[in-house]
Amino acid sequence: MRTPIAYFVVLSGVLFTLGTLGVLLRKNALLIFMSVELQLNAVNLALVAFSRMHLALDGQVLAFFSMVVAAAEVVVGLAIIVAVYRRRGTVDVDQARGLAG
Amino acid sequence: MPLDNVVFWVFAPISVASAIGMLLMRNAVHAALFLVVNFFCLAVFYLILDAPFLFAVQIIVYAGAIMVLFLFVIMLLGVDRGDDLRERLVAQRPLALALGAGFVIEIVLAVRAGIGFATKAPAGFDAVNDPGNTQAIAKVLFRDYFLPFEATSILLIVAAVAAMVLGQRKTRAVTQAELEAMREMGT
Repeated sequence: MRTPIAYFVVLSGVLFTLGTLGVLLRKNALLIFMSVELQLNAVNLALVAFSRMHLALDGQVLAFFSMVVAAAEVVVGLAIIVAVYRRRGTVDVDQARGLAG
Repeated sequence: MPLDNVVFWVFAPISVASAIGMLLMRNAVHAALFLVVNFFCLAVFYLILDAPFLFAVQIIVYAGAIMVLFLFVIMLLGVDRGDDLRERLVAQRPLALALGAGFVIEIVLAVRAGIGFATKAPAGFDAVNDPGNTQAIAKVLFRDYFLPFEATSILLIVAAVAAMVLGQRKTRAVTQAELEAMREMGT
C-alpha cells in the first residue's frame, strides 16, 4: 500500500462535508436521510484508514459497529418518515412546522 | 505508479462526483442511485485499505439492504416527482456553502498538522490480518468487544420492534366488554 493515509482522510472529510451540505440544503426528508448515510460512510472510511495506519483492527471493528447502528437507524428513520407522510401527505421538512411558534 | 495509487485516483473522483450528483439531483430515485455508486466506491477503498471483510459487508449491508429499503420507501411514498428547491431561510445557502468550504480547509490543515501528507501506511498489516481478515476481526470482536456486540443485538431487536410499532396503522383497541358483546351477537 503506497497511497498516503492522509489522502483517504481528506477524501473522507470531503464526503462528510458534501453530506452535511445535503442535510443543510435539501428539503426532502428522504434526501436528508440519504445525506446522513453519506456522512456515516465518510466517517467509516476515516476509521478504516486509521486502522490501517496504526496496524490495529479496532478501527475496522468500530466501522462494523457503525454499520450495524446505521442499519438500525435507517429502519427506524424510514418508519418515522412513512408515518409522517401518512399524517401530512408530504415529506417536505418545511411543511412539518407543528412545533413552530 | 503503484497499483493502489491508481485505484485511489480512479475511484476518488468518482466517489466525490457521485456525492455531488446525489446533492444536485431533484429526483429522489436518481439521488439514491448516485448514493449506491458512492457506496461501491467506498467498498473499493476498503479493499485497498486491506479490509476485505468490510468490503463485503459494505456491499451487502449498504448497497444491498439499506439502499433497497430507501428505494422501496421512495416508490411506496411516490415522492419521485421532484423536490421543491425554493429556499425559505434567508442566506441559508451561501452560509452553508461557506461553512462547508471552511470545514474542508480545516480538515486539510488538521490532517497536514496531524499525520502529514507524505506518511504512508506502515508495512506489516498482513501479520495483523493473520490468518485472514475475517478471522482476525472475529478474534477482536468476540474477545475485546463482546459486550458492545451483545448490546448491538439488543439494539437490532429494539429497532425491529420500533419499526413495526411505527409502521402499523392506528386501530382502536377493543375492550373486554365489546369483545363479550361481539361474542353474544355471534351466538
